[in-house]
Amino acid sequence: MLDVTIIGGGVVGCLIGRELSRYQLKTLLVEKKSDVADATTKANSAIVHAGFDAKPGSLKARFNVAGNAMYDQVCEELAVPFKRNGSLVLAFSDDELPALHELRDRGGVNGVPGLELLTGEETRRREPNLAETVIEALLAPTGGIVSPWDLTIAAAENAMDNGMDLMLDAEVTAIGRVPGGWRLIAGGRTIDTRLVINCAGLYSDQIHNMVSEPCFKIHYRRGEYFVLDRSAGGFVSHTIFQCPSEKGKGVLISPTVHGNLIVGPNAEEVATPENLETTMDGLDEVRKAARMSSARIPFGAVITSFSGLRPTPSTHDFIIGEAKGAPGFIDAAGIESPGLTAAPAIAVHVAGLVREQLGGLEPKPGFNPRRRPLVGFAHLSSSEKAAWIREDPRFGRIVCRCESITEGEIVDAIHRHAGATTLDGVKRRLRPGMGRCQGGFCGPRVVEILARELGVPMSEVRKDGPASVLLTGETKSELKAVRA
Amino acid sequence: MNTYELIVVGGGPAGLAAAIEAHQHGARRILILERDRELGGILQQCIHNGFGLHIFKEELTGPEYAERFICQLEALGIEYRLDTMVLDVHEDRTLDVISSKHGFETLKAQAVVLAMGCRERTRGAINIPGTRPAGIFTAGAAQRFVNMEGYMVGKRVVILGSGDIGLIMARRMSLEGAAVLAVAEILPYSGGLTRNIVQCLDDYGIPLYLSHTITSITGRDRVEGVTIARVDERRKPIPGTEIHYDCDTLLLSVGLIPENELSKSIGLALDPVTSGPVVNESMETTVPGIFACGNVVQVHDLVDWVTEEARRAGKSAARFVLGQLKAAAPELVTKAGAGVRYVVPQQIRIENLEKEVDLMLRVTDPCKNKWLVARSGETIIKKAKKAHLTPGEMESLKIPVDKLRGLTGELTLCLEEVAQ
Repeated sequence: MLDVTIIGGGVVGCLIGRELSRYQLKTLLVEKKSDVADATTKANSAIVHAGFDAKPGSLKARFNVAGNAMYDQVCEELAVPFKRNGSLVLAFSDDELPALHELRDRGGVNGVPGLELLTGEETRRREPNLAETVIEALLAPTGGIVSPWDLTIAAAENAMDNGMDLMLDAEVTAIGRVPGGWRLIAGGRTIDTRLVINCAGLYSDQIHNMVSEPCFKIHYRRGEYFVLDRSAGGFVSHTIFQCPSEKGKGVLISPTVHGNLIVGPNAEEVATPENLETTMDGLDEVRKAARMSSARIPFGAVITSFSGLRPTPSTHDFIIGEAKGAPGFIDAAGIESPGLTAAPAIAVHVAGLVREQLGGLEPKPGFNPRRRPLVGFAHLSSSEKAAWIREDPRFGRIVCRCESITEGEIVDAIHRHAGATTLDGVKRRLRPGMGRCQGGFCGPRVVEILARELGVPMSEVRKDGPASVLLTGETKSELKAVRA
Repeated sequence: MNTYELIVVGGGPAGLAAAIEAHQHGARRILILERDRELGGILQQCIHNGFGLHIFKEELTGPEYAERFICQLEALGIEYRLDTMVLDVHEDRTLDVISSKHGFETLKAQAVVLAMGCRERTRGAINIPGTRPAGIFTAGAAQRFVNMEGYMVGKRVVILGSGDIGLIMARRMSLEGAAVLAVAEILPYSGGLTRNIVQCLDDYGIPLYLSHTITSITGRDRVEGVTIARVDERRKPIPGTEIHYDCDTLLLSVGLIPENELSKSIGLALDPVTSGPVVNESMETTVPGIFACGNVVQVHDLVDWVTEEARRAGKSAARFVLGQLKAAAPELVTKAGAGVRYVVPQQIRIENLEKEVDLMLRVTDPCKNKWLVARSGETIIKKAKKAHLTPGEMESLKIPVDKLRGLTGELTLCLEEVAQ
């Protein structure tokens, strides 16, 4: 019997997995998709919030501020990019000033350091592209930006380096009691485990309801975004928010850690957790709202648009703790914004719950908090490049010419723990396909490498999920069948 | 440091022709650097025929066309390296190069010819609302899968854009047993060659919807359908004109763009219209000794014209190496006037012309019965009557050197009405 089974490989599940890998536990993470970080985690604003938004006393407030403070260390250990670029909330009229000042006051109560109100002129001095109509802004120096999927993939990898197991393509279809714990059916396999941690995001109410009274419901609130080319990455240096309303935090403009500019999201409730369409109306709404912060956003430099779903709980706060009437079944559910920021603190808290449940935790000797950094060939010096190619000739072969990514790096991304199994998985880890050609050139070559390294025919290589086949079969297969 | 007289970046049709021509004009120690596993470039995946009508007076397939040059290259003993990527070209004509075989190297050349070709645009897909499932390919990526790897990309296909590769792929997919349901083109005319529309669409009964675009893509894991709609003059979809297709594949053929990351890193002046380097009559860029030719300069519609342009670049590079090319400021700058989108070359040094200058251009809109005129101020230098003009087909105007002598300033190419 396993000690702990985590359901869901988003940022919360993977950071919990990493936290638990510090201890002598048999831990398994099950994920229904073909990769970790493949739902809400990969499609959000990628912001590490300072923590002035959440209602004082809420779990959101507590874990936001605590999580924010942990980011420097977590990202340093996991070798993923993180930047405290600071954030600004803009007010455009006297009507908005009370709301802006309330944010400052809330921030004070929540324990957010360094908050400061700036005049319109001072705001524009720091961000010259912002609108003349800005009359005041709240500066939060601890606000930051991170790549949520880089962080999550790295956390899963580091957890596995320290002994955690990962099952992909393993949707949980049933959970029942067994003596001393729980029995899960996941991806057709039977898993017995003492404790279950529900980090199923958009599906966390459904998983909860398998073992306990329904006591919350997840609403799917879709947000649509634009990503702009790196030529626009310096348009603003801070993350620019608008004053929040009951619909959400408003549309933001922010640099990303990869040097692009992100603009979004709107907020629209949709009926299913699979509705990831972008819409003409939604994208227009984002464009219009963002222009209030700056009319000069270079939308001509848009390289892609996407949408993500917020798992908004009916209780309006994170749901963290043992489910009623289900001993050993712990919810970490309804983790919407500021969930990315809160995740490291939630992980530590949940590990504490596990400690209570199991009556103590033994540290694992040899636990290594550090994950081996990615090679990042494009950014190496000439002599370092030469050394890598001498070590492994596959680093001498550039596969993605837009981002100068080598075959060696792709093979590495496939064979690391929690490695890529799909085309999008490679893309998330290394960014081939995110450059100018959007994968037109390197796509066929990456498919070839995936097939070779995974030992499957090219026609079985998928874009992302289990049914996302890229190639429908060999050419002339009917003819070959007739001849045979 | 390894030193060469000439290094050619790219072993596609442009690079091959440039290297051979340079050799024939006296350059030695020539090296071609090719990133792929074989020479020939994109021609190797173009297994259809229609190549070489002008250069060889016969119809060849892409690989056959490439082979003619590769054989000649081998016979001349010109050195080439495969599986080799140029990371940087510097103004002093040193190149940072990597390969599995030789590791990281810096090579030095007296002259460089840039022949990196072009890449496919994906912009047409960016603003399509809907999902992003598997089954959306650029036409060129699909062509590689089908023709070189031997895999089908889908069974029911819609194509966005009527660029030549999309048209060729419409026929290829049909021949491979797929159903090609429609080609949607946002412009009121096709950007592809007329012969391709006839031979690849009409002959297979595939409808071409002009002034149409895709308004939505559905399908969670794999494409399940696309909707197209007519667009108004501002290219906005007109509600009520939608046609839905159940399909599993969307191919994008929305144009090509010169591959100029290296050119940018050297700091070459680029032409904002062609997206390629500014070149002179010798196909020399704004950095002396660095030449460019083929689709890296401007996207051609026929490989034959790539070969011609590359021969000019190769010959000029040899003359540069041998000290025969006269370094001078250009006397003439070409300009695109009414009805003309761009002109290549952008600069002319009359001294370096032998017999004539061959000006290549594209028009802005389809039109009939026009004079294509070259003017220097009010003076008409040369004019030619054109019965049919379309942006999809490159035009050329040859001007004898005698007519250019003594001119300075701008040489404007424009379209003018033919008096009835």
